Amino acid sequence: MPQYYIKLTVPQGKTAQYIALGRGWGKEFEFMVIILKAIMISGRTLGQGASLEAKMSPEFFNATSSCAISESDYNALGISGDENVLVRTEFGEVVLSARKDDGLPPGVIFIPMGPWANAVVGENTGGCGCPLFKGTEAEVEPTKTQVKDVCELFADLKRLAGEGS
Amino acid sequence: MIIEGGIVYDPINGVLGEEMDLSIEDGRVVEKAGGSEVIDARGMLVMPGGVDAHAHIAGGKVNTGRIMRPEDGRRGTEPRTKLLRPSTGYTVPNCYAIGYRYARLGYTTAFEAATPILEARHTHEELEEIPIIDKGALTLFGNNWEVLECVRDGDLGKLAAFVAWGLLASRGYGVKVVNPGGGEAWGFGGNVKGIDDPVPSFDVTPREIIRYLMRANEALRLPHSVHLHTNNLGKPGNYETTLETLRAVEDIAASRNRQVLHVTHMQFSAYGGTGWRDFESKAPEIAGYFNRHDQFTMDMGQLIFGSATTMTADAPLEYGNARLLKAKWSNHDIELEESSGVVPIVYGRKNPINAIQWAIGLELALLTEDSWQMIMTTDHPNGGPFVNYPEVVALLMSRRKREEELATLHDLASKRTSLPSIEREMDWNEVAIVTRAGPARILGLPEKGHLGVGADGDVSIYEINPEKVDPSRDHEVVKAALARAKYTIKAGEVVVRDGEVVAVPQGSTYWVDASVPEADAARVRADLVEKFAKYYSIQMSNYMVQDAYVTRPRVVRAGVI
Amino acid sequence: MIEEDVLCPFCGCLCDDLKVEVEEGRIVGVKRACRLGMSKFMGHERIVAPMVRRDGVLVETSYEEAYERAAEILKAAKRPLLYGWCSTVCETAKKGILLAEEVGGVIDSTATVCHGPSIIGIEEKGLAGSTLGQVKNRADLIVFWGANPAEAHPRHTLRYSSNSTGMFTPEGRGGRKVIVVDVRKTRTAKNADKFVLIRPGTDYEVIAALRMIVKGKGDLLPDAVAGIAKSDLEEVADMMKAAKFGAVLIGLGLTHSRGRYKNVDGALSLVADLNGFTKFVVLAMRGHYNVAGFGQVCAWETGYPMAVDLSRGAPYFNPGETAACDLLARREADAMMVVAADPASNFPRKTVEAMAEIPVIQVDPYPNPTTFIADVVIPTAVCGIEAEGTAYRMDGLSLRMKKVVDSVYPTDEEVVENILDRVRRLGDDN
Repeated sequence: MPQYYIKLTVPQGKTAQYIALGRGWGKEFEFMVIILKAIMISGRTLGQGASLEAKMSPEFFNATSSCAISESDYNALGISGDENVLVRTEFGEVVLSARKDDGLPPGVIFIPMGPWANAVVGENTGGCGCPLFKGTEAEVEPTKTQVKDVCELFADLKRLAGEGS
Repeated sequence: MIIEGGIVYDPINGVLGEEMDLSIEDGRVVEKAGGSEVIDARGMLVMPGGVDAHAHIAGGKVNTGRIMRPEDGRRGTEPRTKLLRPSTGYTVPNCYAIGYRYARLGYTTAFEAATPILEARHTHEELEEIPIIDKGALTLFGNNWEVLECVRDGDLGKLAAFVAWGLLASRGYGVKVVNPGGGEAWGFGGNVKGIDDPVPSFDVTPREIIRYLMRANEALRLPHSVHLHTNNLGKPGNYETTLETLRAVEDIAASRNRQVLHVTHMQFSAYGGTGWRDFESKAPEIAGYFNRHDQFTMDMGQLIFGSATTMTADAPLEYGNARLLKAKWSNHDIELEESSGVVPIVYGRKNPINAIQWAIGLELALLTEDSWQMIMTTDHPNGGPFVNYPEVVALLMSRRKREEELATLHDLASKRTSLPSIEREMDWNEVAIVTRAGPARILGLPEKGHLGVGADGDVSIYEINPEKVDPSRDHEVVKAALARAKYTIKAGEVVVRDGEVVAVPQGSTYWVDASVPEADAARVRADLVEKFAKYYSIQMSNYMVQDAYVTRPRVVRAGVI
Repeated sequence: MIEEDVLCPFCGCLCDDLKVEVEEGRIVGVKRACRLGMSKFMGHERIVAPMVRRDGVLVETSYEEAYERAAEILKAAKRPLLYGWCSTVCETAKKGILLAEEVGGVIDSTATVCHGPSIIGIEEKGLAGSTLGQVKNRADLIVFWGANPAEAHPRHTLRYSSNSTGMFTPEGRGGRKVIVVDVRKTRTAKNADKFVLIRPGTDYEVIAALRMIVKGKGDLLPDAVAGIAKSDLEEVADMMKAAKFGAVLIGLGLTHSRGRYKNVDGALSLVADLNGFTKFVVLAMRGHYNVAGFGQVCAWETGYPMAVDLSRGAPYFNPGETAACDLLARREADAMMVVAADPASNFPRKTVEAMAEIPVIQVDPYPNPTTFIADVVIPTAVCGIEAEGTAYRMDGLSLRMKKVVDSVYPTDEEVVENILDRVRRLGDDN
């Protein structure tokens, strides 16, 4: 699949870089898939905080398994109502629900801190004990894949079967 | 327990190097003890357990020092044993090292020199964790808003009631005053320049703060006097401020048989010169004044060459240190109460300022004729860590050692001080006074610092024969013997044998409960209710140190009624 | 019955003014708490009983067996890692450090993945700080840098910072300026007088540029630094120098992004520089209610605030080598005890995979992803609600947490002490 790099001018006069995996390039400006190349930030939110000691709850799932995207990026990605986003970094990938966030600049995505965000964070601490939870380069694309729930997220790790709760 | 045949120095009881037996039972010195435990102290020096009246050993400042100085932590590492927790640190040792190292020196009591009321809980958490020794903490009052307002209003009754309340709230032992007024000014980055420089926003002067707190202290008949860190501490020419401060309180009388004011780490307050270029000692002036005024006492604040960590409630001083030294700097201002700072330092022999400072501490101790007015300290860890006390004692006892040291220093130590001309060498009785009997008396601890019947069974035994060793010549022997007690006995239990800790009992914590008239207490409460509602960031009900933090209290009663 | 002045065991604000309504031993209402505190007091699903893993399955067991299994795991391990300690009281931490000494383990707290880099920054530069009440009473300029209290510390602004009132700040928010520096326009930023949007990972450059302007060397700067116009930075520097008392409140935006501890070093240095012109303090916006407390206890007990390796009997500290993430990433830890934390959620995936390969003991009131990979699960009482003890607020102020209701569960402290007892009984052979 060929990759095409284009730059789109977005609001506030700033530019964000996108990788376009396109069909019909050179004729009309239409794409089957656009991958957004962005910087991933993770951090606290109220909803994440309010449910962080109830990690098996739907509230935690709803609060934490989403990816906030700037409005222009969201629109550029052409995410439809039933679509999620796949976030991929050199450390892993994860499917998240997508939502617009007018506080985010183009080219920056935000995932509430938690196991979904950490699926794509690297383990290198740069010699100071702390991973780079903010600032990982990521690619974002729409997907029809479902978001894993917290059990599914850990299913391939230890002996989840028969979990006692 | 019977300690047989030691050569005992017990200045409070007039025992000057007599060979005698001591009996201890149930933690106290008695006429004659039963039991079979006998300690053979023949040919050894026996003294009451050492008492440190001024050291920074617990609380926020000390822990800030540890956290910002991992390089210091690495300097004192000793692994855990079956009996002992691990030790770390040289200037800012961990809690266990503090207890073990004091015990190895033959010290059995140490007082934390400065704790803000708001953060006293933290101080006590650390004091609880220090093994073996008995402890106490002096409470900071010199920049507290309630104090400043009482002084402004001239309300001595209310001030005394607040001091009593503050001691209770902090489980504190005495009234510490640090750079009075300067800490409040530092809230907006300022300082006071002398004892008559008004404190911003409060319309009071350091002179008034000191006088009122001393009067409140005496009205409450507290066991210890006001414990003062002077204004302008650490600055060239500050001896004038120091003398001015002392003259300002000459008319105040002590309410008990003790000093009326203790000026702490005097070395830092005895400076002449208009700047660092003409920096010089004014120790002779200070000591001369003390020789004429026996109502005042001081401690040395002796400087030790090498690494130190300066830490004080005098925050503007620390900011100045950090700028001067280009060193890392921590500051911690405490709402409504105090400020503080921490800066690491290395004192160098070839640094002219440090060399003069070193000499000043010794001049002060040696020129003050009455040893009862003087305590040996290093203001741990400001002048240097307390583990260097044997070095200081050796210096006090040996002119030869002082000359040997002076020869290795910047020559201004000889030119700008009187130390080379001082012939005095302390004897063992004087050493017992400045390290034990004196600090116990100055703190107001009748059961410490002596070995009379009823005293705490705290004894240090050193493997040195005072009748055979000449400290003047054999100062190395003195230093080595004092650094590793042959025995340290705490409340009748051997805690150190042959310089090693062999038992780890938990000591107790002194604090003072002073009674005041209910009418005054009620007025203080009303003020505090308002202050907590408007200004403090916590609730009044969560403020006071709870009993859970002082598990072995030793409460001293005092007060107006 | 209403319990007054209850402390909140959620975030580093450690609010101490909550009113908790208790009826028949149950909490039925909480006043003054934010959404975070409220959710904690009103309760979540709990781990019902101790569990141990048998044939790959967690099955309920007695506390006795759980303690025994935990002790056996720790005793058998060559390089046990004891991690967490921040959503519990200091009394637990003390026992935990003793346990780590006893088993020759490494003890580390959640601080290493939050403000750990701030602590390393403090080791470089020191911290010019104050209590929060000092900010409340004096600050006329507040700078939130990489911090979003609107979501992480909801009552901070009202109790301590931008919207609080005090002796010299009677007008509250009206008498103050608020600057927010962040990579996105957070809810906190929306309340700022001046918002500086920076690109992720450029904090260090921006701070360095500000330091140059503050120290009068701005003419050496280009017209824009990391995409920020120099004029914008000059405006910020002017606001800082014009303040009577400025407070820089730093968040994970500095510690979690490129530069990490060097960003914090820069912020601390900027504040030290500003004190040459006016009064400035800097505080870290600590996350968990007692993350600061573990650091305090660990420092006075071992000399170091986190990531302490006790395998050689004497404390050894070198974050990057001895921090939890590093030990796991290197597959060095061969057993892990997790107390009051959830590293399975909060560590990078590769690190969690390493956890899944070794025996894990979990001590916690609540089930969470760490439960999925635990071999021993020991439920406990919730500190600050069902158990009392000491906690340190984000500014280092120590307070006593209350117990407002009884619990059927043992406290964290009791559990750690029980495991310590079992470890000691297993003998001294390592």
